[in-house]
This record gives sequence, C-alpha cells and structure tokens, in this order.
Amino acid sequence: MFNEPHPLEVKIITKRFGLPNSASIDTYLANDGYKAFLKAVEMTPEDIINELKTSNLRGRGGAGFPTGMKWGFIPRDNPKPKYVVVNADESEPGTCKDRLLMENDPHQLIEGCLIAGRTIGAKRGYIYIRGEYRYLIDIMDKALAEAYAHGWLGQNIKGTGIDFDLYTHSGAGAYECGEESALLESLEGKRGVPRIRPPFPAVSGLYASPTVLNNVETFSSVPAILLMGGQAYADIGTPKNGGTRMLCVSGHVNRPGVYEVPLGFPMMTMINEVCGGMRNGKKLKGVIPGGSSSPVLRAEECDFPMDYDNYAARKTMAGSAGMMVMDEDTDIVKVALRTMRFYAHESCGWCIPCREGTTWLRKMLTRIDEGAGRRADIDLIHELSKNMLGRTFCPLGDAAAMPTIAFVEKFRDEFEARLRETAVPVTSPDQLIAIS
Amino acid sequence: MAITYSPALEAKLQEIWARYPEGRKRSAIIPMLIYAQDEVGSVTPELVEDLARRCEITPLQVEEVVGYYSMLHKEKWGKHHVQICTNIACLLMGGEELWHHATKRLGIGHRQVTADGLISLEEVECAGACAWAPCVVDGYEYHHHVTVEKLDQLLDSIQRVQ
Amino acid sequence: MSAPTQAPPTVVNFTVDGRQLSAPPGTLLIDACKRAGIEIPAFCYYEGYSLQAACRMCLVEVEKMPKLQTACTLPVMEGMIVRSETEQIAKARKGTLEFLLTNHPLDCPVCDKGGECELQDMVFRYGAGESRFTEMKQHEPERQWSPVVFYDPARCILCYRCVRVCNEGMGVGALGVTNRGVVSEIVPNKVDHLDCDECGACIDICPVGALTSDTYRYKTRPWEMQHVGTVCTHCSNGCKTTLGIRNGEIMRGNNRDRSGINGEFLCVKGRYGFDFTTHTERLTSPMIRINDKLEPASWSRALGFVAEKFKAVLAEGGKFGIVAGTHQSNEEYFYLQKFARNILGTANLDHRRTGDVVSLLAALNGNTNIGDATRLATADDLYRSPATLVIGTDLSQQHPFLAFQVRAAVRHFKAKVFTISEGPVREEKYAAKSIVAAPGEQLAALEQLREAAKAAGQLVVVYGDTVKGEGVPTLVAWANSLEIPVKFVALVDDSNSRGALDMGMMPDFLPGYQPAASKGLGLAEMLADPELAVFWSIGENPLAHSTLASRQAFVVAHSMFLDETAQRADVVFPSASAYEKNGTVTNVCGQVQRLKAAAQTMGVKADLEILGLLGKEMGFAAQLGVWSHDAVFKQIHAGVAGYNVPLPVILTGGAATTTSALGTSSVDVRVEDIQSARDTLFTSGSLGRYSKLLTSVPEYPGALYRRQ
Repeated sequence: MFNEPHPLEVKIITKRFGLPNSASIDTYLANDGYKAFLKAVEMTPEDIINELKTSNLRGRGGAGFPTGMKWGFIPRDNPKPKYVVVNADESEPGTCKDRLLMENDPHQLIEGCLIAGRTIGAKRGYIYIRGEYRYLIDIMDKALAEAYAHGWLGQNIKGTGIDFDLYTHSGAGAYECGEESALLESLEGKRGVPRIRPPFPAVSGLYASPTVLNNVETFSSVPAILLMGGQAYADIGTPKNGGTRMLCVSGHVNRPGVYEVPLGFPMMTMINEVCGGMRNGKKLKGVIPGGSSSPVLRAEECDFPMDYDNYAARKTMAGSAGMMVMDEDTDIVKVALRTMRFYAHESCGWCIPCREGTTWLRKMLTRIDEGAGRRADIDLIHELSKNMLGRTFCPLGDAAAMPTIAFVEKFRDEFEARLRETAVPVTSPDQLIAIS
Repeated sequence: MAITYSPALEAKLQEIWARYPEGRKRSAIIPMLIYAQDEVGSVTPELVEDLARRCEITPLQVEEVVGYYSMLHKEKWGKHHVQICTNIACLLMGGEELWHHATKRLGIGHRQVTADGLISLEEVECAGACAWAPCVVDGYEYHHHVTVEKLDQLLDSIQRVQ
Repeated sequence: MSAPTQAPPTVVNFTVDGRQLSAPPGTLLIDACKRAGIEIPAFCYYEGYSLQAACRMCLVEVEKMPKLQTACTLPVMEGMIVRSETEQIAKARKGTLEFLLTNHPLDCPVCDKGGECELQDMVFRYGAGESRFTEMKQHEPERQWSPVVFYDPARCILCYRCVRVCNEGMGVGALGVTNRGVVSEIVPNKVDHLDCDECGACIDICPVGALTSDTYRYKTRPWEMQHVGTVCTHCSNGCKTTLGIRNGEIMRGNNRDRSGINGEFLCVKGRYGFDFTTHTERLTSPMIRINDKLEPASWSRALGFVAEKFKAVLAEGGKFGIVAGTHQSNEEYFYLQKFARNILGTANLDHRRTGDVVSLLAALNGNTNIGDATRLATADDLYRSPATLVIGTDLSQQHPFLAFQVRAAVRHFKAKVFTISEGPVREEKYAAKSIVAAPGEQLAALEQLREAAKAAGQLVVVYGDTVKGEGVPTLVAWANSLEIPVKFVALVDDSNSRGALDMGMMPDFLPGYQPAASKGLGLAEMLADPELAVFWSIGENPLAHSTLASRQAFVVAHSMFLDETAQRADVVFPSASAYEKNGTVTNVCGQVQRLKAAAQTMGVKADLEILGLLGKEMGFAAQLGVWSHDAVFKQIHAGVAGYNVPLPVILTGGAATTTSALGTSSVDVRVEDIQSARDTLFTSGSLGRYSKLLTSVPEYPGALYRRQ
C-alpha cells in the first residue's frame, strides 16, 4: 500500500519497508532486529535516557515533547508497577504514518516498547490502536505472538532476567483518545475524557502508576537510535531537531504518500520533487502542514525547512506531520467547515467552551457555506475561536480554534466572496410603499 | 436475558479479559464490546449486562462508554457497514462526491440501513488513509483511491453476493 | 529534595488581587480565595466532591503561567501572584457564559429554578446579556426518571455535580453521562428510569433547573415562599431541613443553606416525605364516640369529656396506661410525664423502644475513656473518626445521614469502615472488612476485627437493636480491651426516640435517667392488662400490631390520622405534626435541636397544647405550669441531667450536645420490648403510610445494592 520510495528520503525507521515479509520476525531478525534491545540490556537506564536526549528525538504524535526527558521523568524508585503505553490512536486528519509502521514493521515497535520497559522497569505494556484499524490489530497480535514464541516477550527474555508483556488494546472510535490522558482513561475502560494535569502520566498514568506514553513513530525510532547512537541520529536533522520524520502528504500533489525525510527538509522540495509537483499543473493555494489542528499556510509561506522551530516561527506547528496540500481551486470555506464539523463531532463534551463553541462555529460555517452568511458572521467566527483558545480543558479546543482563526485571517476574501455571491438584494423603497 | 457467544468469540473475550491486571478488568470493556458487537450485531441490553458482570462494573458504566465511542452502536447495522470518509484529505480528493453518490444510489443517509438490511452507510471522520484518499471502509476493509466507478463496483459486488 | 530534618511548611503565602493571603499547603486556590472573601465563580467545582475543571468559569491569571489557570484545581503555592478580576478574565467568563447560553432554552419564566438559579446569577454578574447566537438550539424533550426525579437535558449545563453527589456522596452511582460533545447528557442507571435512593440530592445540587422534583415542579416561585428551618420528623438522625412555606403549606424541603449538622444532606423522607401533612385523610376535628361511632366534636366538648372521664377514673383509683409516640417534642414528653406522674399518679408510662441506650449508659458508668471524657459520639465524630464499626443495622437504609457521614469520612480521610450485619449492606462497597452474621452471632464476630480496629487508633461503634441488654456491656468491654479511644452510638428509630428516653417516657426512669421510686407498667404490660381503665396514646399507634386486652378501657388517641388506635378510641384529638409545632428534639447522637412551626393545618393542635388544655380542664393548671414550649424547655434545661446545654446554640438553630449519664451500672431494661421497626429509606411508620410520595416509589428498597 505504501508509495514508491523517493531518493531524497533518508530511511531510518522505514528501511525494512518493501523487504519480503517485512512484518515477520524472521525478516526483522535478519535486519538488525532486537539487537538494540540486547544493547539496551547492557546499558544503564540513565545511559539509554541520555542517548535519547542526545538524539534530540521529540514526540512524533503532535506535541513534540523531548522523548528522553519524558522517560527521565519516571520515578523509577516508585514501588508501583510501571507501564509502557503506545499511542496508536492515529486519528488526526492528514495523518497516516503509524499505520505503515505497524503494518510493515511491527517488531520495530515491539522492540521500542521493550527498550522503554527495560529503561523504566515496566513489566507490562499496551498498544492502544484505534478501533477502525482492526486489520492492524490483527497484524500486531500476530507479531506479538511471534515475539512471544521467539522469546522476545514474556518472562526472563533471552536470559536477561527482564520480564515484559505487551498487548494490543482496541479503541472504539474517538479522536479525543489520541490525547494522552484521555487515552489512559479509555484504556481503563472509561469515557475518553482527559484528566486534570498535573499529575502527568510519567508520575500517575495508567492505573495511577508511572507510565511512559509515546506515539508509534516515537517508539519505533528508539531501536535505530540505540543502534546508530544518539549523536549520529541527531546529526541527520537540524540542531535541536534530531533525526527523521514520516511526512504524510495528501491532497493535490502528483505523488501523495508517506515519506521519511530528515527534520528540516524543505517543504517546497517535498511538494515539487518528492511528491512530483502539483496535480494537473495547478497552482498551490496553501498547505495545512501538521494535521487538521495546525494553522494553514498560504502558498507564499510554504518555502521553509520543516523543523519544529520553523513551523513555530510561522505560527503553525509540525503536529503529527500530516501535510495536506491544496491547489488554487480549493474551497477554503468548505475546508474550514469540514474541519469544524470534525471537531464538533469529536469534542468529548466535558468542558463548556469546546462543547458549545465547536458546535456554534459548525453551525455558522454551515450557514456561510450554504450561502446564508452575514458579514458580521466572519468576525464572530474569529472572535468565538479566540474565546475558545487557551480556555478549554484539553488541547482539542485549541486544535479547533487555531486552524479556524488562520482560515479566517488568511483567506478572509473567500469567506466574503461567499456572502457576496448570495447577497440578498436590498428592497427598494417603492416596493415598501406598494406593500403598505 | 442470558447471552451466549460462538466458541471463537467466547475465547476471544476471555483472552482480552486476561490481558489486564487483577482488579483492573474494567479495562477490557471497550475491546470486549467491539469484538462482541461484531458478532451480536449491535450493543444489546443483554450484552451490556453480561460484559458489565465480566468487567466488574455496573451496566450504567457500560452505557456511558457505549454512548461515548462512535463505533459502538445500539441500532443494528447492515451486513456491510460502508463508511465513507469526507474529512479534509478525502474532501480534497472527492470524498463528498462519493458520499453523495452512495446516498443517492442506496437511498439512505448517515447511519441508516437499506430496507433489505444489506448495507448501512456512515459518513466517517478521518480513517487514516489521507495519502491514499479518498477512502471507503467496508466493515474493517480499507479501499483506497476510490472513485465513483470503484465505489459502484464495490456496491455491485456486495449486492451481487447476496 | 529538601533535607529530611526540615519540617514541611504549615502555611503558604501568596497574593490575590494585591492582597497578601495565606493558607495551609494543598489548599485549592478557589477555597483559599473564598475564605478571604474573594469569590471566584464556578459551576462544576463543589466542595467535598471530586474535581472536574469542566466549566472553565474559575479561570484566573497567575504570574509566570502562560495560560489562564483553573482556580479549582490549582493548589496555592508559596509566592504565587494571582489576579482574579482582570479584563482578560472578565472576557473569558463572559465568553464561556455566552457559549453556555447557546443551547440553554432560556425558559426562565417557567423554570423552577428561576430566581435562585446559579446560571442566572452568573449571567447577571458576568455578562453575556446580549445574544449573538442565531442558530437552531440543540433540544431534547424532558423525561421523568422516577416518582421524584425529572430531567430536562436542554437546561443541563453538564457540571456533573449530580453524578458526583450520587456516586461519591450517596454511594449509589445511579447517574452517568452518555453520548459526547454537544449531545452529551446525564443518564439514569436503568436506561430510562432510576433505581436509587430517590434522595433528591442530585436535584438540590443542580445549579440550574435541569433536575427537578415531582413534588415541587411548576408549583411556585421561590420568592413566594417563606423559608423555615426546622428538624426532619422521620428518622432519628436529626437532619436540619429548611421548609419552603406558601400560605401555610409546605412546598418543598431542602437544606441549601447547609445549616445544621447535616450540611445539605437529606434523604428522600427529609426532602419529600412532608406530604403527609396535607393528606386528604388528615384529621382536623376532635371526635367523640357516640353510639359506637366516632362523631366530630368541638375542642371544648372533647377536652371536657376526657377531663371528666380522667377525673372519674382518678377518683376510683382506676389504672391509667399512657404511651407516647416517638415524634413528639422534648417539651411534650416532659410535660406528659409530669402529667402522668404528678397529676394522674401513675408510672404506667412508656413509648415504643427501638434501641438500647440505657444499657449503654449503664455500661459506660464509671468507665472513663482513654484521652476523652465523653464516650457518646456525635454525628460529626462519625465524619472525623479514622474508623467506624457498624454492627447490627443496615445503616444506609435506617440511618441515611449517619451512613453519609461515614462515606464522607472514607472519601475525605480514607477512614476504615467495618460492618457486621445480617445481610448485604451498602457499606460493604467501601468497607475495610464486612462480616455477615446472624443477630445472635454478631458479637462473637467482633474478634475478627480486633487487629484492624486497634490499628486504626480510634473508633466509633454504631450499634443497632441486635445488640441489647447484656450484649451492650459485652460490646463495651470488647471496645475497652482495644485500649484505644472508642465512642458509641446506640441507634434508635425515630425523630425523637432519643428524647423520649431522655425525658423519662419509661416506667423505670424519670427524666435524665433518674431511677423512678416506683416502677410502672411497660407498653406490653399495659396492652396485656385486662384491668386498664384508661389507655391514652399521644401520637403512637400501638394497636396497629397489638390488641388491647382491656375491653372496658377508655381510649384517648392524639393522632393525625384515623389509624388503628384512633379507630378504637373513645376520643380522638387531631394533633399537629412536628412540622407544625415549636419545641426541641434530640437526635440519635444526643444532639438537641429546635423545631420551628412551619406549616399550618386548620383544626389541629400540638400535643403540648392539648395536654395543657386538658390539665386546665381538670383543674391542675397551676401544678402543671404554663404549656408554652419555651417555659417547658426552661424546666428541662434547668432540671434534666445532661440538658444543661448552651441556649444560644439552640436558639440560633444549632445542635447542642447533651451529656446523658446513668448513675448505676446495673439496670433491667426490659430487653424484650426493644425492637427496631427496621424502617427502610421509603418507610416511616404512619408518616410513611400517609406520604403519597414515599408509597409511590416502585423499586423495592435496597434493590440497588442487594441485586449486585
């Protein structure tokens, strides 16, 4: 299913993609598989954490928090059991990378978890996979069974004295469960409503125990980092932005797909070379750079090296690396509406501004899309989005507000054009007299 | 009120149940619900009662979960639950056209079932196939780069098999 | 890590709006501000229940924190600088209220909550008066979930207070949340109806009119009522209840002002079980038996008739048998025992005894407690105690407030609860240890709890009617052998069962547990005595389950209804309920509180007045003294041992703890007469029989936890 590789890619975590039976443990073992774990066994937890810190690996789920630091927060002397939890609830619109990692190289993820377990002293882990990805749950379950059969999971793994059990856990349709504390609630069998933080999962996560919780891509990057060394990995990217990322490019390009490129890879090179340029020779209108939560960039803002800092400088974010490319014919009002429909549908309803705000905005955007918008609506959409921003219980409110603010600010003309198209003609005084 | 499952599902439920530590069996409720729902057809009151008992929680706590997750449903769906994504990446690539085509052809709307009970339709949020948009999911089976023609072929094949 | 020798700080200093404040570490900012008189608005935050941070109304600015912070989840920290009233905050509050109002129906003119609605108040104070929302509102129709509870999802603001009070406060967990996003709503545990205590705590705690009660909805506006604080007249727990009165009629009961020992706790009886006062069968005229038929008569005629008969029996030396109810006031009991002992010259005086307080006082005689002088626990002790043992009762059914206190202790202080009961009890859900044992084997089961109880360091023992007579000293001896401070509660059934004991409504004891010089007949003996000339029942219904052996007895009944005893009576006096009289009552923990007349029912009189008028009619007014409740309470205060309590506490509606004691260690308590009625949450003797609401509850009591 994955696209043809491109020569500009740097394949670190996708290097086994395309090998025959790439998901099987035999292929994995024949290609450096589980070597990183054996290396980790020889290292102290501090060494592993330091190696990750050196690598500049940052969370690939969306928030971009430094992974080494996150693992370092685990109170290893805490007598409670510790847990490793994988966020495989990939549901940020525009994002489709974790799917490939689980489908093509499940053992890489398992090994990443195993290393995390070894580092923090966890004996148990769960891979929380969105319910829609049933075929991936089946693939992961098969890979886990293989790993158990080959002694890479279970009791006293390969004579190291390390015990680690790993299970899949199916979600059941909720974007909000991609938020780490909501995911933990869901994993505990409850509604996917986020938790009050602090405490953070590192201190009080699954079953109120210390928990390392990372995205599939983050865990999948760990074995390679330990094998090649943190410094070598860091050297691939730009300073403070270590390594590679899997960019998911969708929309109006000739070769949409998922490509592993170093951090700091130029966005326009991505579009024009790796993805073969704009489809049908159309002009670029804009890019939603990091999943639906990230503020849109106009075409003229898109020429930059994609690392965390450069996104921030453009008041947007790398997010989950879901790049949605839009050509000149794209109807921004429709995109803004579809975005808000998504957030209104996925709002957990816990807090007032998000629950009520997303729905109100959805209704207004629907009205504008249907040609019944009023001029004041545009400012109101902007203001209501600002009223949500920074005031909601969890980042979902911000995720709905930020792109909406950007759509209105950067493409205001398109919203206004909708009003003009359907402006109701002013009734002439003559007609008024006739009526009386 | 008692409910019985196929041996395969019963084994699956027990296997899921065993994944969680003692006293934490509540964790099993969502996976159990979704696997059981596939066989039972929907989340029935009997299913709620039975899984509540297994997971050591109240039926109300199960109801809370069922209401929250969009894949869990109390109404019966068609033999084929056809989900069409219209989220941004699919929207850009024609997902909405697919949706309109499907509703027109089948004469049903969002979360509705054809009279013969064969097909139900759902307009879904991002299914994680953005780079291969637009996508249609039949049950758990992904179809990528779907066009109106390919959708018709899919629907034809469903209706022919019957 | 700080040096281990360094003691943790006992106080944290911080600044709010330029004011220097301090609070103990761990205090939430919202609470610290409240104590300093700085109000931070909130819907979802509710003291004593889990934190939600859902309503976003309490956002404040904290220096060095980039975003606005929720004051309800932020513990105060040393040097923290907070601003609670800035332009940014005002905008945030207004914005949130505007969001909240988008789907709120704004049916305030007909909403029960109108006038006392927190949403109205918030909008009034923080703005969003202008409406910019022009879309269709989300609407769902109202539903009835039980005889008590109605839910209007459109009005619901999803603050989750109801869910928490039911789950955490009541230990019931009958409410949940379903769906998500804007269509989220509260759901009952039986899909479309409730199986619960029907306590109405969810309704009272609702900040808006989303949850309403059948007894109150669409009946009145809040400002049309007068609010009278009195004491619930059902069980012995003595909850303060504030009755809303319109034109002399009770419209509702609640305790939203959180006055009294119970805070805002009330059970179904306290909140809704007042409707017996207006039952259509309520007696409103005295009745005299003429030609074997009870006929209405005037008060003067009925009083004169009884006075003549009493005088005649007195002159003949005939036998009187007097039984008082368990819902009368202390003043009524005191006056009655004076009437019996001094005027009628009889000690044949009793009430329906439901728990063995006397044996406890006897067992504690000369027994000083370790570290504490008093060994009788108050309702507050149940909340503060690190451990509680509940033996021989179903606390949640029979003593809902005491059960609530124990639950709160578990929730707030991780208190240990031990139960020994005949069957399953709700406390099992959070008990450290629960033992099921037949009544005769419960004391033997104590040994199983020895180590755990001892480890708790302090204990309150609450015992029901399976522990009586010799069982009580056995229990006390076991408690003493733990060598830790132990306090006791001897459970009794009704609103003034304890007062009846304290006031000497017994054949063996005078008020204040002073041994009577001459002992009289107990209730069972009176009923069995064929010689009885007069049988006088003041608010009791002994003939409901027993027969009167004396065929010729002249029967006088003070009653609210034509119950079994009234039907056998020669004269019936229609009496006032506790909600219609002034006086005091003493709860199961020996705490005295004031009854305040709230409702009025034409034609009835309080028992004290009836007694006074009867005494006067018989010519003994001078000996009996004034029959005003104040005058009688003065006598109690001055003369009854243990009742020398601070008067201002009682006058201001507080609870004063009495110090009852018994001067002897060996007593005959007539063990066979002690029997609890084992009322449930939905039964309350005659009061329950004549409460339409209580009889309408369909689920059988206790189903909620027995079924699981």
